[in-house]
Amino acid sequence: MSILIDKNTRLIVQGITGRDGGFHTAKMKAYGTNIVGGTSPGKAGEMVEGIPVFNTVRDAVQETEANTSVIFVPAPFAKDAMMEAADAGVKLIICITEGVPTLDVVEAYRYIKLKGANLIGPNCPGLISPDKSSVGIMPTMIFKKGSTGVISRSGTLTYEVVYNLTSKGLGQSTAVGVGGDPIVGLYYQELLEMFQNDPETDSIALIGEIGGDAEERAAEYIRKHITKPVAAFIAGQQAPPGKQMGHAGAIISSGSGTAAEKIAAFEAVGVPVAKEPSQIPDLLKNRL
Amino acid sequence: MKIHEYQARELLASYGLPVDKAYICRNVEDAVRAYKELDAPLVVVKAQVHTGGRGKAGGVKLAKDEIELRQHVASILWMDIKGFIVDRVLVGKAVNIASEYYVSYVIDRKSKSTILMLSREGGMDIEEVAHTTPEKIHKIVIDPLIGVPDYLAREAAFKLFDDIKLVREAATIFQKLYKLFIDTDASLAEINPLVLTEEGEIKAIDAKMTFDDNALFRHPKISSLNEPTEEEKKELNAKSKGFSYVHLGGEIGCMVNGAGLAMATMDMIKLYGGEPANFLDIGGSSNPTKVIEAMKLLLSDKNVKVVLINIFGGITRCDDVARGLLEAFHQIQTDIPIVIRLTGTNEKEGRELLKGSKFHLAETMGEAGKKAVELAR
Repeated sequence: MSILIDKNTRLIVQGITGRDGGFHTAKMKAYGTNIVGGTSPGKAGEMVEGIPVFNTVRDAVQETEANTSVIFVPAPFAKDAMMEAADAGVKLIICITEGVPTLDVVEAYRYIKLKGANLIGPNCPGLISPDKSSVGIMPTMIFKKGSTGVISRSGTLTYEVVYNLTSKGLGQSTAVGVGGDPIVGLYYQELLEMFQNDPETDSIALIGEIGGDAEERAAEYIRKHITKPVAAFIAGQQAPPGKQMGHAGAIISSGSGTAAEKIAAFEAVGVPVAKEPSQIPDLLKNRL
Repeated sequence: MKIHEYQARELLASYGLPVDKAYICRNVEDAVRAYKELDAPLVVVKAQVHTGGRGKAGGVKLAKDEIELRQHVASILWMDIKGFIVDRVLVGKAVNIASEYYVSYVIDRKSKSTILMLSREGGMDIEEVAHTTPEKIHKIVIDPLIGVPDYLAREAAFKLFDDIKLVREAATIFQKLYKLFIDTDASLAEINPLVLTEEGEIKAIDAKMTFDDNALFRHPKISSLNEPTEEEKKELNAKSKGFSYVHLGGEIGCMVNGAGLAMATMDMIKLYGGEPANFLDIGGSSNPTKVIEAMKLLLSDKNVKVVLINIFGGITRCDDVARGLLEAFHQIQTDIPIVIRLTGTNEKEGRELLKGSKFHLAETMGEAGKKAVELAR
């Protein structure tokens, strides 16, 4: 098994005719992801990479029985795209788009929950279950099938950690980039629970960063509910307060959200925190 | 994006919230004219700067006559409050305060929604209240699909007031403030304090608003209020080129692809005993033009003694990145040592291409950090 996506994933790409949508559609398809359709209003009947394009998500779902959607539309249209997918019955919605207004995400998230679906992102690299399915923009060649679950707020830092895991023989069950915005969909707690319940996952790498208190809440959740080994890395110890560090959500506000608080929270519940990303594989191996 | 108190007050007033007329003044003569216009026994002079703690810094003062007013305005104008120079003061009528309250709408990460925050401990630093007496703060999660209906606004108002007339008045204020928050894509709309005057009126005495940078594209009027500091101008300029840049002040300049990795690189430098000069995320790809622009930005910081380039080659493979770097550095003339750490897809091919160049090459982040720190000494 793995979590969220596998061979049964039937994916549609919203914004398939755009530059990014088209480029990553080809990459995902080459990896073996089952892409059943794409949408672009007014372009029904066209084909992209041999994949049929539909005018609406509802048409795409009706024709293809898609259960997952990945969104590559520009930020001003992302809210509409997320809600369209939820309304059409898609149960897992992954929004890659960066720069979506926060209140748009708040509204779309609420609607998606109302429809009983899950959201990943926005401003995220997507997720991958190696050798089964890749949804998003992750560089698939660094991943290897295995038993470590990866949860991260970042993109390239995730790749850095995964690269270290793979080169030290720890493959991945599923790796999820949850996104770098203040408000995003699935987060540590939900994903920790999924990995805990996934028989193919035996350990979890958690990559956090400054801003908010999600890591502190994750630490508390791990203490109560997670029996599998977890190792963490927190980026941003040198970040000055009040400055956004690239990601909209990576900001220390009014003295809270610091790396030091997060590291202390993990250490207090027995989760080892790597000083540099390359230490993660050993921290996990020591506890397996 | 931040705006000044007087600008926030104008926004509040335009949404029908109870804000007294006040005047923005850039010199003593302006202030004297405002004073005469106000015709009040007591006026307040407030520094307008993009930072909190104005009161403690001496940036807010009461004046009971024209002589005091002149003194206060002269002393507050051109004051330095936490690095911000005061070039405007707000002059308004002082009110007789019976009690003070705190009201704000803010984005809450935990509930993934907007929350209405209320407290009877108004006029104080709310973070202090949250820290010492969290039970005195009420948080109401707003469902974005229904907003703030009458019943919810009343329920909230009962947390601050007992008198039904005041409850109704406050409830309307909460609804109007929510509309303003949503209409302008704010990330904070705060009234602190909201006061009950001795005359029995509810008034907003101070207002603070910040806005979601990601939504400014649809709010040209709000955007036009932006007054970036010199440092923020540099950051905005970097942003227009597709970078995220934050100045930190150390000696080792960093150029990294991806925000998380860029933060981890800064931390690494510190771990090995150095001081990072900046945070710089050059984004996903690393084409030569971007690298050249990024180097210009780094070298404009005269403290930079070493540059550390940390690139993870994902979809853009390391050999392509290496070619890009060689091409970029063919055009950049600098004596500053450059440490390059290239990893990811096709890393061997990438490193092979860089061999024999003037760069200091490293394989791991740790090695790169160590090298950069040594070279900076």
